[in-house]
Amino acid sequence: MQRGLHFPAHVDWFRKHFVLKGAEEMLFQLQSLPCDMDLPVPSSMLSAVGNGQEDSSLLHRAYEPNPQHVHWMVGRWHYLDHYKSAYRTDEGQPWVLPVVKKVEQKIANDTSLNHEYLPILGLPEFRANASRIALGEDSCAIKENRVGGVQCLGGTGALRIGAEFLRRWYNGNNNTTTPVYISSPSWENHNSVFVNAGFKDIRAYRYWDAAKRGLDLEGLLEDMESAPEFSIFILHACAHNPTGTDPTLEQWKQIAAVMKRRFLFPFFDSAYQGFASGCLDRDAWAVRYFVSEGFELFCAQSFSKNFGLYNERVGNLSVVGKDTDNVQRVLSQMEKIVRTIWSNPPSQGARIVATTLTCPQLFAEWKDNVKTMADRVLLMRSELRARLQALGTPGTWNHITEQIGMFSFTGLNPKQVEYMIKEKHIYLMASGRINMCGLTTKNLDYVASSIHEAVTKFQ
Amino acid sequence: MALLQPARRLLSAAAQRHLCLAPVAARASSWWSHVEMGPPDPILGVTEAFKRDTNAKKMNLGVGAYRDDNGKPFVLNSVRKAEAQIAAKKMDKEYLPIAGLAEFNKASAELALGDTNEVIKSGRYVTVQTISGTGSLRVGASFLQRFFKYSRDVYLPKPSWGNHTPIFRDAGMQLQAYRYYDPKTCGFDFAGALDDISKIPEQSVILFHACAHNPTGVDPRPEQWKELAAVVKKRNLFAFFDMAYQGFASGDINRDSWAVRHFIEQGINVVLSQSYAKNMGLYGERVGAFSVICKDVDEAKRVESQLKILIRPMYSNPPINGARIASTILTSPDLRKEWLEEVKGMADRIIDMRNQLVANLKKEGSSHNWQHITDQIGMFCYTGLKPEQVEQLTKEFSIYMTKDGRISVAGVTSGNVGYLARAIHQVSK
Repeated sequence: MQRGLHFPAHVDWFRKHFVLKGAEEMLFQLQSLPCDMDLPVPSSMLSAVGNGQEDSSLLHRAYEPNPQHVHWMVGRWHYLDHYKSAYRTDEGQPWVLPVVKKVEQKIANDTSLNHEYLPILGLPEFRANASRIALGEDSCAIKENRVGGVQCLGGTGALRIGAEFLRRWYNGNNNTTTPVYISSPSWENHNSVFVNAGFKDIRAYRYWDAAKRGLDLEGLLEDMESAPEFSIFILHACAHNPTGTDPTLEQWKQIAAVMKRRFLFPFFDSAYQGFASGCLDRDAWAVRYFVSEGFELFCAQSFSKNFGLYNERVGNLSVVGKDTDNVQRVLSQMEKIVRTIWSNPPSQGARIVATTLTCPQLFAEWKDNVKTMADRVLLMRSELRARLQALGTPGTWNHITEQIGMFSFTGLNPKQVEYMIKEKHIYLMASGRINMCGLTTKNLDYVASSIHEAVTKFQ
Repeated sequence: MALLQPARRLLSAAAQRHLCLAPVAARASSWWSHVEMGPPDPILGVTEAFKRDTNAKKMNLGVGAYRDDNGKPFVLNSVRKAEAQIAAKKMDKEYLPIAGLAEFNKASAELALGDTNEVIKSGRYVTVQTISGTGSLRVGASFLQRFFKYSRDVYLPKPSWGNHTPIFRDAGMQLQAYRYYDPKTCGFDFAGALDDISKIPEQSVILFHACAHNPTGVDPRPEQWKELAAVVKKRNLFAFFDMAYQGFASGDINRDSWAVRHFIEQGINVVLSQSYAKNMGLYGERVGAFSVICKDVDEAKRVESQLKILIRPMYSNPPINGARIASTILTSPDLRKEWLEEVKGMADRIIDMRNQLVANLKKEGSSHNWQHITDQIGMFCYTGLKPEQVEQLTKEFSIYMTKDGRISVAGVTSGNVGYLARAIHQVSK
């Protein structure tokens, strides 16, 4: 268990390998900037620094001479804007969901719609239905009217509003010392969100076991047992980012039991519901289990990936409380927080999601589109694993298919990663993390053989 | 139960409150028992009450959104056209960069400063897309909190937009005030403002409404702006401009941004918040920008990198829809021309309603001087009515406004201006 600010291994790798402006400034920047980008990068990684190129399509054309170039996660540095993890088709293209195109057309044709302000907490139909998606049709919490939703700007916005609220109202008033536990590793922005919300004690809980390439359940539970009471734990609802490793159902039960006994607060980050397994209910199992166990919790939902609405910034913070009255008071205070950050949320994305979720036919179409994306990723996983095993690549590769979601911790070490980047022009994180969406039927062979070379050349 | 007592005593008081010994006990307590109900938003409260009123003649003069002469929300034609153009392009939905849509940022800065401005030409500025005006102010306030080492104090005009104070406070700054509105004249307290500003500690932050002051509608005249700039320069104050109504105030975008441009010309490197909620009617799309005028290009780059570090843990990157619409309008000559005409149309209707209100008050036989209604500019008007009179207007005439006597002129139409004049006369004669 580490105290203080948490730097993942790949941050240290980059600090060592690249010239930094000023240690303190860079520390801040490295800690805060995303490390996931899927843009192609020229062989000199620093040549793009300071370049103001913003248009992703331009960037793709400028730097994509080789169709074999795989657009994976690249390390971060300051100045360059980052194109975060997004789904790609088998042609390596962005994909606007067919149901989204349909609904956008519907919205465009509806002349009764205007651009007036939404309420502070967002579009009511969006909030209610978004929470319903997370908690389930038959959710007792919804039936008992003890669920509230806050429409936010993406999953990040939902995390931030939740964090701001917790800092003001959880475990006392304005208690900035409540420990916040973030998995080791985690999405790097988690750290920044809670630091910027005012929390002073951010800690890591053990999660990834590099040796066995799986979940360090023992370490995780130990850290929860020894965490101070009322500590806040950020839990990835499914498709853990960046490891792709989720607890099993039985393991979730164990986690919930410890958290209940230790009075730990569950703050779920749900960015991949439906996108992970292809099934909405399955991907929401953990959140729903905690609710059924009587927990009060927050769940930050993102519709960036499962609706492909990345740039519309559609998110929802679901609040589950003991009763209606508590939830109402919580929401009233969330309004005050929202009012000073963005006043009220953007309407376009929420309209698309609400329209889709409230129409049975569109809802079915959406679930189908989500399954399409999830199935492609699952296929790439099984195909990559099969090739590595066929090649006889040293090591075990079942983690590729046991992991779930967009990301996979391959287990490649920094030397092997460097080889992949420098010699094979395959860009991935120093941590060995890859975005499965970068794989296509056309590049599977190349990637598999490259991994094989990297692993056999370097140990 | 007896066996458990010793264990219970060892627990902290807080833990005892949450002890889940039985399912019933587990459900009884909440983490949020001590969370107070937040006070209702005063302005939204006005709209809520308005909605409940069944009087056919009711008027909502509370909320600050433009209405056409039929009292309906107005979607600009240029916006509709831009939307159609965008839809036809069938673009993807990939994330924007943290700083937002580049074409929008550039066009926004040029709109504010004029595209021939030396600042634009030299590139010694940074503009980031923000979540409308509020988002822009919050990014700016957070930037100051982190990097403005000279002072924690932000001086607001008295009065100012109600949300300014909580925004700066939540960002970690402290609020002070300088005299601005003179209730005796319902006009600008120029002498008071100069006096207060000349006493502000050096290197403090001072906020100005670039045009169409909210809530009073009272703006300094150009000669007065010149003197304000001089004293700001003399006191070495950091100028923060909030421009939410460019074009919407006078109908002329250059005239409305004159103060900002003048300050910059005088060598004052300002920061600027812009909103496109009103002047493009893009309220719910949340379109705004935050600009920092810098010493040089290098400083601008460094500032930009830090703004991104602030934005990323707030919402990662901004929403595209509104910014695309605004950018399309600003960069297409035809649409831009049409937009400028529509903005002027909105501003002209407001000015027309002001004129009609004063004329009707005269017709009613009011002996008061209502000149401030036409002297003031923009969406809002400080009528000078007292809280009791406001209450009477609401109770007897179903006319809704905020207690400070502020009306949103956008809620006035040629169909109801007569009724409004009659009502105001009744409560003030």
